[in-house]
Amino acid sequence: MYSEKVLEHFYSPKNWGNMKDPDGVGEMGNPSCGDVLKIYIKVKDNKITDIKFETLGCAAAIAVSSITTEMVKGKTLEEALKISKQDIAKELGGLPPAKMHCSNLAEEALRIAIENFKEKNKNLSGEAERTLPTGRQA
Amino acid sequence: MKRIYFDNAATTQVDRRVLTAMKPYFSDIYGNASSLHSFGLSAKRALEEARKKVAKKLGAKHNEIIFTSGATEADNIALRGVAYKNAGPNNHIITTKIEHPAVLETCRFLESQGTRVTYLSVDKEGLINLKELKKAIGPKTILVSIIFANNETGVIQPIEGIGRIIKKHNEKTDSRVYLHTDAVQAFTKIDIDVNQLNVDLLSISAHKVYGPKGVGALYIKEGTAMERITHGGHHEYNFRPGTENVAGAVGLGKTAELFSPTSYKKLEKFRKYLIKKLLSEISDCYINGPKNENVLVNIVNVTIKGAEGEAMMLLLDKEGISVSTGSACASSNLEPSYVLQAMGVPKEETHGSLRISLGINSQKGEIDQFILHLKEIVARLRKLNPLL
Repeated sequence: MYSEKVLEHFYSPKNWGNMKDPDGVGEMGNPSCGDVLKIYIKVKDNKITDIKFETLGCAAAIAVSSITTEMVKGKTLEEALKISKQDIAKELGGLPPAKMHCSNLAEEALRIAIENFKEKNKNLSGEAERTLPTGRQA
Repeated sequence: MKRIYFDNAATTQVDRRVLTAMKPYFSDIYGNASSLHSFGLSAKRALEEARKKVAKKLGAKHNEIIFTSGATEADNIALRGVAYKNAGPNNHIITTKIEHPAVLETCRFLESQGTRVTYLSVDKEGLINLKELKKAIGPKTILVSIIFANNETGVIQPIEGIGRIIKKHNEKTDSRVYLHTDAVQAFTKIDIDVNQLNVDLLSISAHKVYGPKGVGALYIKEGTAMERITHGGHHEYNFRPGTENVAGAVGLGKTAELFSPTSYKKLEKFRKYLIKKLLSEISDCYINGPKNENVLVNIVNVTIKGAEGEAMMLLLDKEGISVSTGSACASSNLEPSYVLQAMGVPKEETHGSLRISLGINSQKGEIDQFILHLKEIVARLRKLNPLL
């Protein structure tokens, strides 16, 4: 039922673990639904220089977390925010329909981590306010 | 890699002796059991021989057994058959919250057709309360359907006590409430005598007990008022039209003949050993259901906190070990085990449940292997868990 790519990332997830002194943290999900996904980012010169994740959840949730970190590492914040749940699922060679919400979790956790970074750095940069994504004004 | 199969509550390997018994009924004795010529009669003889074996196993008469395509069909024939025959405004069925979907979904369907249904609760051990059952029986009650042994936890319900309550009620009120039980997991593992238990309808399946898939049976006590739910020929006493699956029936008959509680005797100590190992080797885990009594010898259901069931299952599978899980992530409707929830397991913990079901060919060494890998897998998943 899972693509080879999903299983590959599930068996050997990339960038997993927590991070000391992250610049931004985003958490999404709920233990009663079975999935909780947390993303830590380091940002330098508007680029994601390092990223780590921790996930409680099924194979899809773990694979989605892993591939998302790979997809955004080295990207600018704007580029990272453009990555959609469809892009994540596509990169994994597709997800079973019932598991699409997992890619949504990753997209959301990443967005929250970036917002968190911007919020923390609001006073340092006038740029932050302008680039906040819609829907979740800090 | 030697693979380990710990999912015997899902299905089992067909026993070689069963397969051997079935083999002639595909290409050699292939007649239609309803034909009156010699080809048909040979098939008919085998079919009736199989029926007698199943009947004998359950303490029933041979004409009280009908072969079906499996227990799901048997459950449907029983529940809908009684409900249709005894249709009336406000008619009432009593069942439990921990039934197999074959019963639960049939009850929900009947509810949509106007039947009232009471879903009995279970306690934290997974057992129903007989007083609650007694209270639920009313003048409009036509049927009580209670699973003999649960497929997720192995918990055995007090069917004999339930049968007594219904019998007493029927005698006292001169009414006719029928008792059905889905005995799929219990069949051959527990001695069943339908008369001693006072059940009117009982469903079994072959593939859970080393027989073939696609065949089951329903015991229907003589005189039970039932409507047929499938229309066609006069096969199986009119209750299950369609050309008889002779090879399948022979397979089911053979399993009935071969297996009994003694066949599973060695699993008693394996189960205890498995539970002991789980509780001592894996931190923060607990067993769902009773540890020793009122539980099948082959099923252990464990909740492991902080690790998700589907992930555990797939990582175990990578090591060649097959188990199943009550996690929502492994179900098609994304709902975690309703059986465990009915037993009061918090929703977030149902996701971390595994069902380990042993078989007659299981080895103690396999349990050690399983524990070894599980320990590693749980540690790995917990390390990934952002909440720990």
